[in-house]
Amino acid sequence: MGDHEKSKTGMVARGFSRRSILKGTAAGAAAVAAGPALFNIARAAEETIRIGFPVPLTGPYGSEAQEQARCAQIAVDQFNAAGGLNGRMAELLVRDDKLKPGEAATRTLELIEKDKVHYVCGSLSASVQLSVNAVTKARGIIYVSISQSDAINEAQDFSKYTFHEAMNPHMTAGAVGRYAFPKLGKRVAFLIADYAYGHEMVRGFKRAGEPHGIEVVAEVTHPLASKDFSTFLPQIMAAKPDVLCLCNFGYDQMNSLKQATGFGMKQQMQVLAPALLYNQRRAGGAAAYEGVIGGANYHWTLEESVPSAKAFNDVYRKKNDGAPPSDYGAYGYAGVGALLDGVKQAGTTDTDAVIAALEELKYDKYKGTQYYRKCDHQSVQSVFIVKSKSEAEMANEYDVFEIVDTDPASEDMLRSCAELGHA
Amino acid sequence: MIGGFPIELLALQLFTGIALGSVFVLLAVGLSLIFGLLTVVNFAHGAFYMLGAYAGVFFIGYLGNFWLTLAVVPLAVGAVGLAVERWLVRPLYGRGIDYPLMLTFGLAYVLVEVVRILFGAEGVPFDAPDSLIGAVNIGVGYFPAYRLFVIAATAVLVLALWLFLEKTSYGLIIRAGARDSEIVRVLGIDISRVWLVVFALGTAVAGLAGVLSAPMRSVFPDMGTSVLVEAFVVTVVGGMGSLAGAVVAGLLVGVVVSMTSLFAPAMAEVSMFALMALVLLVRPQGLFGKKGLMG
Amino acid sequence: MNLANPQDELTVSGRRLAWLVSGMARHRVVAVLGFLLVFPFLLPYEALAVNILIYGLYALGFNMVFGYMGVLSFGHAAFFGLGSYATGIAIVHYGVPWLPALALGVILAGLGAAVIGGLAIRTRGIYFAMVTLALSQCVYYLVYQLEDLSGGENGLRGVDVYDLNIPGLDLSLIDPLTKYYFVFAFVALAVWLFSRILASPFGAVLEAIRENENRARACGIDVATSKWLAFVISGLFCGLAGALNAIHLTIVPIESLHYHTSGLAVMMALLGGMGTFFGPFVGALTFLMLEDVITVITVHWQLFVGGLFVFFILFFPRGIWGTLLHWMSR
Repeated sequence: MGDHEKSKTGMVARGFSRRSILKGTAAGAAAVAAGPALFNIARAAEETIRIGFPVPLTGPYGSEAQEQARCAQIAVDQFNAAGGLNGRMAELLVRDDKLKPGEAATRTLELIEKDKVHYVCGSLSASVQLSVNAVTKARGIIYVSISQSDAINEAQDFSKYTFHEAMNPHMTAGAVGRYAFPKLGKRVAFLIADYAYGHEMVRGFKRAGEPHGIEVVAEVTHPLASKDFSTFLPQIMAAKPDVLCLCNFGYDQMNSLKQATGFGMKQQMQVLAPALLYNQRRAGGAAAYEGVIGGANYHWTLEESVPSAKAFNDVYRKKNDGAPPSDYGAYGYAGVGALLDGVKQAGTTDTDAVIAALEELKYDKYKGTQYYRKCDHQSVQSVFIVKSKSEAEMANEYDVFEIVDTDPASEDMLRSCAELGHA
Repeated sequence: MIGGFPIELLALQLFTGIALGSVFVLLAVGLSLIFGLLTVVNFAHGAFYMLGAYAGVFFIGYLGNFWLTLAVVPLAVGAVGLAVERWLVRPLYGRGIDYPLMLTFGLAYVLVEVVRILFGAEGVPFDAPDSLIGAVNIGVGYFPAYRLFVIAATAVLVLALWLFLEKTSYGLIIRAGARDSEIVRVLGIDISRVWLVVFALGTAVAGLAGVLSAPMRSVFPDMGTSVLVEAFVVTVVGGMGSLAGAVVAGLLVGVVVSMTSLFAPAMAEVSMFALMALVLLVRPQGLFGKKGLMG
Repeated sequence: MNLANPQDELTVSGRRLAWLVSGMARHRVVAVLGFLLVFPFLLPYEALAVNILIYGLYALGFNMVFGYMGVLSFGHAAFFGLGSYATGIAIVHYGVPWLPALALGVILAGLGAAVIGGLAIRTRGIYFAMVTLALSQCVYYLVYQLEDLSGGENGLRGVDVYDLNIPGLDLSLIDPLTKYYFVFAFVALAVWLFSRILASPFGAVLEAIRENENRARACGIDVATSKWLAFVISGLFCGLAGALNAIHLTIVPIESLHYHTSGLAVMMALLGGMGTFFGPFVGALTFLMLEDVITVITVHWQLFVGGLFVFFILFFPRGIWGTLLHWMSR
């Protein structure tokens, strides 16, 4: 037995590196003073500002995630080109969260514990952002979320470290509803993906429809990631609605839309899709999406009226063979851009100072002026109502949407702080 | 009115279920074929289905004709199947049923990733041919013309497979090989070539299912993941390796899913698994399965 | 040692390796635990080390059914997930302290295994894999639908166990190394227990069933009950892994219950070596390390992971550790 013990310690000694021993001792010592402050102390002033960026680089939304990372890098480059924070440069650490909340939590721990990031920005789904948020808030790290969710605004998940740059389903669905219900009819049907995000959109529509006296004639829930929607559609057709609201996202939206088109439903009713995405529309083809009205945080043609959109498009085009940025890509730019604006404003990387600066910040990165509402750190911003063009109407392959209306930035489109449970 | 729904809706829902069922049959036949005749559980079935859809995208761009594409895709996917059987699956015969299962499980990862590299991760558009666009009045309501075509195509496919297996001499050899490969070998027939053909046939059918589904279900690299599960449910409910079982079970699962979609839509997906668990517990070999096949 | 002769050096180190491996095989509990004790210092970051501990334990539990009894289950995600959710829900919704919450997780996973195992054990061969898959998917949807308790697709958040409240000890799980040793303590206990079970007459029964079920029955072994019992015990270990994962991540993602998680156990056990004691940990280590390294290099990590899996099935069906043991015994 003794021999075995010896051989084992021998093996251990070879496996040890000096660095890891030092790290171990330091960590052990630090354990005594554990707490959120652990990760913020003793940072040299000239140290690089590190921003962790977990997004699903692999999996079904891989291209979108890579675009987000490219856009975020532009924000970092611009910050550095402008001299950084008194000469301190910023650095973006992109990690693959694989669209899985568990993986995202591990990656965020890696970013915080190993890479010692100052801030985290990223995620592309509600469940992933809530998981990243759980890790960051316990460790007192600022997190800027760039995908849609209502839950993250609510008191249960929110912390002062949490910022939400993306629109939330309540405001998106609300804006689309306010535009569509008075013009297109009061008989409304819902096709809902069975998860929080789907039900949150329904709530947004219903709230917006109340003053217009809408009548809900069908409310059909489908399992998340369904492939065949044919069995859900007959009951919707039988209800003869004026408007069909697709409260689903991504591939669910694409498939349900394709199949609804096959059933000839678009001739009978107007289809609304609150989260109408540029890349999803391009993957799905013009025919399936033709005439669909939805909400978007951005469409590149905004450059005709908004100077910041023009500036952002130009930088992006130069780096990407003339292709314009996508709506979700732009979130990456705005999220990291606003964060670095906050750092600059604060004049320090100190967490509390940056939070205070972000709460005061008015920023115009790509779509007009935005700011974070104080109680829930939701970015108050315009919602654009877009209509998908037919093949014949498109001037070029990127010209997929027409901006038909703008719901201007206002706190009125958000749920009140009291409703969210904020004191 | 039944259960608060008008009769016409129920009738249309039933028809939708049968139509969906025929899609399930289409998805399951290739899996069932390979399992029944080789006792290989092909976990890469969904990946071959996805390959079929992407082969469709590729060939339609090249040939410009949907009908020609339908003919070419099974050949292309079958060729991949041929290579997979020859180089990957064949060394595992006789090592137990778990090995080919796990090998194809890993292979599915590889195939999906290769398609991501070649065609991108976000999917590509694929539309039905112009002659099949639009909805047709079937008496109880409107139904997409393309789905009616898929029902017909599935019926033709199943009939052709049945004729091949039951009425041709090569079909006789295949069935004999499935029952007792040793005897077939003793009779001087190259059994490994028979297995090669069956595997290629099964994957070709999976590929055909993929390209036929493409206009309905979109084309993206992960499209096969859920199909694998659907095909398994149908195959297991019907009894592994039974063509008739796959047809009956496919239609049954389609109707069950359709009716659940009407009465408890959120349960539509789990209804499939509940049915499968129920069938397995009452009749472990499936509705049409032979007892002791996998004993 | 004569360093001038590389041939000599090779055989010496080869012999030493052989001795080391066989030593580890003989004193398996000590070897596993000794290695895991220093493990976090060998890895790039602690969260990865914790993952390897947890998934190693999960694969270890799975291996009881797969490796030692020779039955392929595709439903073990149910036990991992049930353990996770029971512990998480107890902490989030009922304010149960962490230790009883962990116990609850293990117990619920065991109950789940008792039910699923009870139903599935009648079927054989590939049907067993299918029934367990179907039943575990039912558990997935059930938990998914219980949104008020489980958080549905968003997952369960707020499993915030940071302060352990052990009298006399000031330990916080915010510190990554503390968390590692916290998880390690439970894994150590489980590994010891697992080894005792294998060394008991019950372990011999399992191997008899794997080698020849009919002969085992002829020897008077109650095969059905033994199989069921092994399935339940396996579920308990997987449940503990899940419960620890809830505390580690502070969330419970719905993916814990997905059949991909079941596939993960198969992959890890196979990669490491099914039916070997050290194998599951070697498998978890290899799989997670590779994934971690490859994802940083390329977004096409699945190509490598899938390819590796195919490679091992074809050429090293004994797995890494199994192959090593096999070479040594020759």
